[in-house]
This record gives sequence, structure tokens and C-alpha cells, in this order.
Amino acid sequence: MIAVWIHELKSYFHTLTAYVFGAFLLCFVGIGAMMYNLEMAVSNFEYVLYFGCLVFVVIVPILTMRVIAEERKQKTDQLLYSLPISTTQVVLGKYLALLAVYLVPLCIIAVYPLIFSQYGQVYLPTAYGSLLAFFVLGAALIAVGVFLSSLTDNQGFAAGLGIAVILLNYYSVQLAEYISTTALGSLIALWVLAILLGFVIRHVTGQENLAIAVAALLMAAVFVVYQVDAAVLEGLLPNLMTQLSLFERFYVFVNGVFDLTGIFYYLSIVVFFLFLSVQSLEKRRYN
Amino acid sequence: MIQVEHLTKRYGDFTAVQDLSFEIDQGHVYGFLGPNGAGKSTTMNIMTGCLSATEGRVLIDGHDIFEEPKQAKRLIGYLPEQPPLYLGESPVEYLTFVGRAKGLRGEELHGQVAQVMDQTGVEPVAHRRIADLSKGYRQRVGIAQALLGNPKVIILDEPTVGLDPIQILEIRDLIRELGRSHTVIFSSHILSEVQAICDRILIIAHGKLVAFDRPENLERQLLGENEIVLTTQAEPEEVEAVLARLETLTDISHQNKPGGYTQTRCKTSHPQPYELTRQLFWAFAESDIPLLELTLKKASLEDVFLELTEAKEPDEDEEEVDEG
Repeated sequence: MIAVWIHELKSYFHTLTAYVFGAFLLCFVGIGAMMYNLEMAVSNFEYVLYFGCLVFVVIVPILTMRVIAEERKQKTDQLLYSLPISTTQVVLGKYLALLAVYLVPLCIIAVYPLIFSQYGQVYLPTAYGSLLAFFVLGAALIAVGVFLSSLTDNQGFAAGLGIAVILLNYYSVQLAEYISTTALGSLIALWVLAILLGFVIRHVTGQENLAIAVAALLMAAVFVVYQVDAAVLEGLLPNLMTQLSLFERFYVFVNGVFDLTGIFYYLSIVVFFLFLSVQSLEKRRYN
Repeated sequence: MIQVEHLTKRYGDFTAVQDLSFEIDQGHVYGFLGPNGAGKSTTMNIMTGCLSATEGRVLIDGHDIFEEPKQAKRLIGYLPEQPPLYLGESPVEYLTFVGRAKGLRGEELHGQVAQVMDQTGVEPVAHRRIADLSKGYRQRVGIAQALLGNPKVIILDEPTVGLDPIQILEIRDLIRELGRSHTVIFSSHILSEVQAICDRILIIAHGKLVAFDRPENLERQLLGENEIVLTTQAEPEEVEAVLARLETLTDISHQNKPGGYTQTRCKTSHPQPYELTRQLFWAFAESDIPLLELTLKKASLEDVFLELTEAKEPDEDEEEVDEG
């Protein structure tokens, strides 16, 4: 794991990736700090992070697109398979290297509230609480990016997919307002989700029967619920979209609440998507 | 050293490797021979843990490659068909990474990296980008990578493909040299290459092992048949009559040549070919037919190879793909 970690870290700093990522993040947060803290003289640094989290839509895919896709394309994944290290160690090593690259600009940003506090009243606990939440939010998004990169051998495709997924997640709460809250609407939407899940299962495990079985079972279960008590499904989809939004959880911290469940939520997202990435890599051995 | 037991690999309906079993002892150079798409790469990928098997198992020094991958993989150095190189790095950086991943640290790591670079002749280009290296050097870096960690077995998948003749000779010398200190298994579809380097040959065709022996034994046991070409000054009927007196001659064919000559080709499975040619000489002499030319063509390993790999042509031949 340490070998992979060092190797990845070196390659990020040898190429432009780490610098482009850092520059984008610093630039965006810098603009935010200038607008809110300097121009408008607001003393809350967390608003800057609230503004800055949009930048994840662009920078996370830039950072993660090549992480596994490029290994496949260059066929270097064969080396990783033949080395005496497990796939989990490979994925963890790669992920921790990404986190390290992400932490560098974040450490610079961490100095801003201290500077501002020299010139006015800055409430540091909420500033740093939000910064921590900002870090785990990014960490969760990076884990999603690693998984998306493991699905393909095309960097561009991985990046496009990453932007689409994160953008959708960013706007999911706003979108949820436009979605029908009727039970029938939820039923149809859940069916679509079940079919999508089936496709994901088929892609990750390569077992068509399992995918069909899971999708069919979920669809049947949802249908039974709809028949028995349709009221349960009312407004379910918008609620679900709000619940699954990674960004929505972050706004709780911005509002000055240190939400421990939010931190655990992000960490479980990290574990879940890293697990999926390992499975996706393992699957290559089995087809 | 390596035991492969009833290995089968299916891709959907296509069977790439079928019930393959063999055992590899320590300290030889093994040649893995077969036409493209015979299942060589698939077998090697399974042996090194890069691919799962549908059925069967592979034991490396007693360690199952799927059950105890770490112990088993430590004993193997593998160079896949396409060398898995990070093009943006220099050989030193690359080898340092691989060495570290194989569990080497500190002095040992740097010592071994220097040693394998020296062994494979990569030193002159140690600090250049791999992307800028020639194919021959890239292949050497790939072999150097396999040597790190001092594994007992080195598996090389078509290490000479795409190289120029001089590079091929250099790589062959390198393999021969490695064979002194390691067990080397390398695959090829070029027979002369395998013949030149190996002391054991495995021939694989359509996913099955069709032969496994020393090169000279293969030649002796599997061929049996030598070809004889005669040119005589006589009519085909007369030649036929003479040949009828001798045994073990088959596939006789005649060809009339201008000037009253007849060229005859036939095959023999006689255990001592010279004994047969001696009999032929006397038979023609007794019949008073001038024997103008008598050529004994010994079958080569090439013929064995062709015969073995083409003999059992299954129906699914068209579907076959080269799983590089």
C-alpha cells in the first residue's frame, strides 16, 4: 500500500494534475474570500466554503479521471495484479494519495480564517468545523470519482461521467422541487432506479441473472408497497434526492451546526465507493 | 515448483484453456509453444494470478495462487505480453516502485534495482523517460521488473515479439543466462526460438497440452516419419516394382521428368533411416536401374509443431482470437 501511495503521489506532483487541482481550488476559494470577507466584510469564513464547494464539480473529475482508467489503458493494471499486494491495498494506496494531493491546498486555505481574525471578529469554531466538513465532503466525492474511473479505460469518459454525477448531486435538491410528489410518480421513478441498479450490478459483477433478479425483486417490492399503502410513496422521491445529496449535508455545517451524523455519512460514502472500486477491479480478473 | 492441475478457462461459450495439467521443475528453461490464440497468454495470466480460472488450480511451491496469492506471487516474476510500464517515469523510478511493492526496503531496494539494471543492461538509459526508450530497452525494463525480489520462477510472455533481429538475439542470451539461476518459462509462437533456448518444450494447441518433452525427444518420438526423394532413370512402373520389395515405405508418388527420369517421393517410419537407404541402393542396383539421386529428409521440430497444432482442428477455430 505504501509503495502504491508513494508512487501515485510522485506521479501527481511530476505531472500537472496536482497543480491544476490546487490552483483551481485556491482560485475559487480565493475569489469567494475576496467577495464575502473582503468586499462585503462578512466575518463568517464558512460562507466562502459554501460558495467554493461548486468547484468540486470540475476539480474532482480532473483529479480522479486517470486514477484507474489510465492503468487499464496502458495495461499497467496487469503489473498491479501480478504484484504481491491485494487489490484493496492498491485502491487504498491510490485513494490516500489523492487525499494527500487534496490536503495540500486545503492546508493553505486553513490559514485564511487566522489571517482574517487579525483584522476582525471571526468565529473560528464554525470556520474550522466547516473546513473539516469541506474536507470530508471532498473526500467522499473523490471516492465516487475513483469508482467512476474504475468503470472505464477512457479518461475522458471517466471525467465526463464524474462531472455529470457531481453536478446532478449538487443540484439534486433544487431539482427535487420540480419532481412529482405523487405516489405513482415515485413508483415509476423507483422502478427506473431499480433498473439502473440492475445495470450497475451487471457491470460490476458480470452476472446477468443476479442483476435481473435484484432489479425484479426491488420492482416487485415497490409495487407491493404501492398496492398496500400508496401514501408511503408520496413525496418519497424528492425526499430521497434531498437525503442523498452530499452537498445538502455540508450546508448544515455552514449554518453553524457540527453534525456528527453528517461526518459519518460522508465516511460511509467513502467506504462504500472504495469497496465498489475494489470489486470493479477484481471483476476484471473474473471475466 | 509449479503444478498446474486441470486448468480450464471459459469466456462465455468459448473455451480458451481446456483441462490443462502439467508440472514444472526447478532450474530449467521451459518453452511454451503454440500458435496465436492457442491459450498461451491465458494460461500464463492464470499462473501469475492476473486472471481467475473457471476450474482447476495452480500451485507455486505448494502455495495456491488464488488461496494464498501473496506467498505465491512473491515466488514469481512476470512480464506480460505488453510490458506494463509507466511511460512518464524513468526506469529507476519505475523499478523502485515495483521493488517497494514487492516488499523491498532501504538498502536492499536500491541494491536490487541497481543489480537488475546491470543484469538486463538498462543502466545506460536508467534516467531517461521510458516513453523515449526503444522497444528493446522497454522489454529489458519489463524483464528487470520481473527479476526484482529475486523470484524463483520467471514467466515471460512472448518477450521477443516486435523486436529487431539483433535485439531478439540479445534477449535470447539474457533468457539463457537467467536460466542458470532461475526457472524460466517463456512463451513464443516461433519454434526456432524455443528450440534454441529451452531444455523443455510444452506445446499447446486449442487450449490443450499436446506435447511436453525435451526438444530432441520430441523430434525422435513424435516424428518417426522421414521423407525420401529418389531420382532414377526408369519408368515409374519399374520403380514401383523395386519399391514393392521393401517394407515401411508409404505415400509413394512419382513424377516424370524430361529425359526419361522419374522422381519418386515416399515416406518411411523405419527406425534406422540409413539402413533403409542402404537397402534402397542395393535394390536398385540389383534391378539394374541407375539411381541418380537419393535424398533422405529428416523431419524437423517444425514439422512436429505443425502436425501437433494442426492435427486436431476443432470446429470453433474461426472464433479464435488472440488474447494478447
